[in-house]
Amino acid sequence: MTTHAHHLPNVASRLKDATGIALVSLLLGVPMIGLKTVDAGGALAIATRWPWLLAFVATMFVGRLVLQFVLDHVKLNKAKRARTRPEIGATRPWLKWIGYAVVGFALVLPIAFSGNRYVVDTATTVLIYVMLGWGLNVVVGLAGLLDLGYVAFYAVGAYTYGLLSTHFGWGFWETLPVAGAAAATFGVILGWPTLRLRGDYLAIVTLGFGEIIRLILVNWTDFSGGPNGIGSIPRPTFFGLPFSPDSDAGPTFASFFHLEYSPEHRVMFLYYLILVLALLTNLFVSRMRKLPVGLAWEAVREDEVACKALGMNVTNVKLSAFAIGAMLGGFAGVFFAARQGFISPESFVFSESATILAIVVLGGMGSQLGVVIASVLLVLLPELGRDFSEYRMLMFGAAMILIMVWRPGGLIAHREPTYRLGKQGAKA
Amino acid sequence: MSEMLLEVDRLTMRFGGLTAIDDLSVAVPKGKITSIIGPNGAGKTTFFNCLTGFYKPTEGSVRMHHPVHGPLLLNEMPSYHVARKAGVVRTFQNIRLFPNMSVLENLIVAQHNALQAASRFSLAGLFGRAGFRQAREAALEKAEMWLTRLKLIELADTAAGNLSYGTQRRIEIARALCVDPLLLCLDEPAAGLNPRESAELNELLLYLSREHGKGVLLIEHDMNVVMRVSDHICVLNFGTKIAEGTPEQVQNDPNVIKAYLGEEDADDKEAA
Repeated sequence: MTTHAHHLPNVASRLKDATGIALVSLLLGVPMIGLKTVDAGGALAIATRWPWLLAFVATMFVGRLVLQFVLDHVKLNKAKRARTRPEIGATRPWLKWIGYAVVGFALVLPIAFSGNRYVVDTATTVLIYVMLGWGLNVVVGLAGLLDLGYVAFYAVGAYTYGLLSTHFGWGFWETLPVAGAAAATFGVILGWPTLRLRGDYLAIVTLGFGEIIRLILVNWTDFSGGPNGIGSIPRPTFFGLPFSPDSDAGPTFASFFHLEYSPEHRVMFLYYLILVLALLTNLFVSRMRKLPVGLAWEAVREDEVACKALGMNVTNVKLSAFAIGAMLGGFAGVFFAARQGFISPESFVFSESATILAIVVLGGMGSQLGVVIASVLLVLLPELGRDFSEYRMLMFGAAMILIMVWRPGGLIAHREPTYRLGKQGAKA
Repeated sequence: MSEMLLEVDRLTMRFGGLTAIDDLSVAVPKGKITSIIGPNGAGKTTFFNCLTGFYKPTEGSVRMHHPVHGPLLLNEMPSYHVARKAGVVRTFQNIRLFPNMSVLENLIVAQHNALQAASRFSLAGLFGRAGFRQAREAALEKAEMWLTRLKLIELADTAAGNLSYGTQRRIEIARALCVDPLLLCLDEPAAGLNPRESAELNELLLYLSREHGKGVLLIEHDMNVVMRVSDHICVLNFGTKIAEGTPEQVQNDPNVIKAYLGEEDADDKEAA
């Protein structure tokens, strides 16, 4: 291709290129698509499928144009990027490598423990908390707004999926964005009147909000099923293939891939599903943190009055943090409902909010990796302590206190700066 | 006289029964340094809070003559519009930096509105579009420019909270300058500075007003700064203006001497 770095090729050369591709596909397509052997009463006959061929060639033509257009824009964008200053590496690159190692471990975990359903199930629970922790981290860690009712958004997500799927037959993937939007809307509804409150006052209002949502779910029986909750929520499918032993309705995951049916398929699928959701959350939050809005969240945490004096609309900055945090909680809620197949208000009590908050604080406010370590600790410690039955929570509390004494700023208190000059001549 | 930037007309601020500012009128010209002085508790900082939208004045008006938007009533604006739209930016008596952020980041936050618009409310920024990258580059250049001018460039990547008091004061001024203010309101910028640092501050204030044409409104106790740089001084006592004029006029004003030194010591003019 004759694409120059800084300008796009003209229309004629684009069309020429696409026509070339169309000709090649025509040549290939005549034998492969245009002609078809049919069984005509014992003898083989050849039928033609010209409309199919035409559609194929046209698709290739248009596809090539679109592909080329996208590629050129990516190139152009890259060229413009190269002219801006070079990226400067992280101040603590090894933290990043630990992060990659954790992701690598998470990817192989279900394969390494494929016979052990308990491990994969527990890991799935850890990942739900990781995702919730990353969501709440936007609100508490970055924007510095103490939210004690985060579980309410988790509940909104879960009930959105529960209700839409049982009443209207919505699937997991369609509900995901809707539930995220619903949770974000609740975030804005709660945030709008209350975000002018600070510190303790905001904490109390959010605590109340969490309880209000739970009490509505308990008492509004017609809507939410009350304390009985919502049962038989459909499980997520693998692009339409259900994880069931046999189905009259169509192929199942096992039959489609010619595998022996095993209930573990679903467990593994759920694990990878939450892993993907969590990684997307991480990617999204880390990118947001590097954007002006992310820096503004941190600035509001540091000094709200100074932000106002610099012309920043503090209410909007806080609302965006609240809405995005709520949305991520909503996503996690959808997954939770789909995994359990049954939800009731009991899953959304205050102690859940407290656990998620503990994960964020323990991990180190604003640290993504810290949240992972803290989630592992907070889920595993009570699990490991099962043998000590009634002393379990005592041990748990003691461990928390020790960690906070040892690392008062959280496990990873390091904050990676968003912008760096790299010290005059030393680098760049 | 040069053109007026800010006109404060019969401003009154009451907190319950206490009148902190009483019927105060001041005008601040473009490209000049105007100082507000007065004993402790005279209402200087309250006056600043009224100008910059942190308090809503009980009576009176604060009018900013903006070259683009025309006359703007600051007392009727939401507080963040005072900096964003009217171009009136302040610093604080007790420094308000973002302590855990680097000096450079402090200056980038000050350019939030421009960057946020360029990032199309995060959508373009999320995908790293070129337009946003260019805006980011421009923001970094502006920050670098002011950091160099204020001799802070070596400290750009240091956390702002770890630096000395005098340096933090300079950072706060640099941060305010990154908002591109028309009027810079400095609340005791020389407090806690050593003599060399306050001499540098004098030089900076003159540079900003003369070279950049910025209006500067100064609250200051350090008379070495006030008397050397001010074009115009306004003296407050108990919320009212007791004198106004050039440094010489104010220094020789009997009311000012009385307010600062009491009546008995009226002869001791040099001490003021």
